Amino acid sequence: MDESDEDPKTGLRTPENPSSLRLHDRSHLDHTVLVMAPMSCALCQNAKAILKRPKTGQQICKECFFFVFETEVHNTIIQAHLFEPGDRVAIGASGGKDSTVLAYVMKTLNERYNYGLELFLLSIDEGITGYRDDSLETVKRNQQQYNMPLKILSYEELYGWTMDAIVAEIGKKNNCTFCGVFRRQALDRGASALEVDHIVTGHNADDIAETVLMNIMRGDIARLGRCTQICTRGEDTIKRSKPFKYAYEKEIVMYAYFKKLDYFSTECIYSPDAYRGHARTFLKDLEAARPSAIIDIIHSGEAFELREDIKATQKQQQTCKRCGYMSSNDLCKACTLLEGLERGMAGSVITDRARKKLDAMGPAPDNLRTIPHFQSPRPAVSIQSPSQES
Amino acid sequence: MSTITVKVEFGGGLELLFGNKRVHSISLPSFVPADNTIAPSSPPNSETPLLAESDDPPLPANGPIPDPMKGLGEMKAKPLDVQYLMHYLRSRLLTERPELFMDGDTVRPGVLVLINDTDWELEGEGTYEISDGDEIVFISTLHGG
Ligand code: SF4
Ligand SMILES: [Zn+2]
Ligand SMILES: [Zn+2]
Repeated sequence: MDESDEDPKTGLRTPENPSSLRLHDRSHLDHTVLVMAPMSCALCQNAKAILKRPKTGQQICKECFFFVFETEVHNTIIQAHLFEPGDRVAIGASGGKDSTVLAYVMKTLNERYNYGLELFLLSIDEGITGYRDDSLETVKRNQQQYNMPLKILSYEELYGWTMDAIVAEIGKKNNCTFCGVFRRQALDRGASALEVDHIVTGHNADDIAETVLMNIMRGDIARLGRCTQICTRGEDTIKRSKPFKYAYEKEIVMYAYFKKLDYFSTECIYSPDAYRGHARTFLKDLEAARPSAIIDIIHSGEAFELREDIKATQKQQQTCKRCGYMSSNDLCKACTLLEGLERGMAGSVITDRARKKLDAMGPAPDNLRTIPHFQSPRPAVSIQSPSQES
Repeated sequence: MSTITVKVEFGGGLELLFGNKRVHSISLPSFVPADNTIAPSSPPNSETPLLAESDDPPLPANGPIPDPMKGLGEMKAKPLDVQYLMHYLRSRLLTERPELFMDGDTVRPGVLVLINDTDWELEGEGTYEISDGDEIVFISTLHGG
């Protein structure tokens, strides 16, 4: 990578070794050089530039920005062959910036390029007072604004527990483990209720780069490759994909700002994840020093993907004996966690060792609350396996 | 000495650090200390009367804005710029978690700034000299997907 790019704005050379600076030190940009006339757009050479693209450094106007942003998402969709005409696609909608922009862009592209998709909004209500109840209001407005059917599925109806109740039971330590496992299964169940073939989520390039970094820090090579895949699909799980895989967070937020999209931006009140916070801060520091860092990290994660394909076929998928959901063990993760909650041993079901301890206490009582049986969705017509893509 | 009024808007969750108020109208002198010092007791600045009656931290009584350069003798002055504005916002309007807003002399990475609806990276970032009536927007990208 070229580390000594000339800054197109100032004509200054950035230092040969940026790492010797504080990562986002911009003191090398001389004050006097920066006073200048408004720049015109690098693409249409006409309108006033309003944005510097983090990916390319190009300075572009509002209309060109909308067009290149949407077109790049379209190219990502086409190159990865994400959809077939007639697909029913659910947009995982949280009311936050990413999924709000995703819903808007999916609707726009579906109309512009005649994808022939039937689009739905699918929201999971984790039952977090003061957070999810407010953001769901945003999703309900999106439903009106974008004219898409909306399905909301709550932890309460599916598992009998809200996150508020789970946190009251287990405290604020492992709550995100529960929430993550429950959300994943809830999304699949919501999707199968909607009879969709495919869930798209708003994960953006920054999110993926962050996950790559965290998997590197944890030494989790198996996840490293998988987390960069644009589309994942288990044995008979619904396809999930990330049309914003290459979209920078900055551009998503700018897009929402200039399009005046209505989104919700409050942190979950149970979000403790200091580790994730650090990875995010580190990534933003890297990006400030060299904007291509995000894409570079995604590419380095992708380099692990190839070997991952071999491993992926090794583990045989089966279904959960209790609820019928896909699982690699007798019980799926959600059933295991739920059993721990119901038996008052939630803190102990996170590890395998603790699971053995739970088993040693005898079989689950008959009156245990369980998850409704999972109806496997009808098989999708044509599925492109991830290994054939890109 | 003249004053400059600038409209400041917070979004993307940053408003939560500023008393959950999105829009602020701020009046500042046109020349300010070059080292961005915000005088703690004899405040050079005040929020305009219209918007001052909020839960914001105690603001000085409104009235003529004293010249912040007065009595500073040899101290260097500069035209009011975005960097000074950010220091001002941090020490006067911010109510919690300053580290989520600024880092050193600039915004925390992940906070976007727009000057009159243009990416501040095209306007000289903190060195942009503020004119009367400018609109400056700070948006956090760090909240919720
Ligand atoms: S921060 Fe944790 S508890 Fe809150 S929504 Fe996210 S995963 Fe769930
Ligand atoms: Zn243009
Ligand atoms: Zn199960």
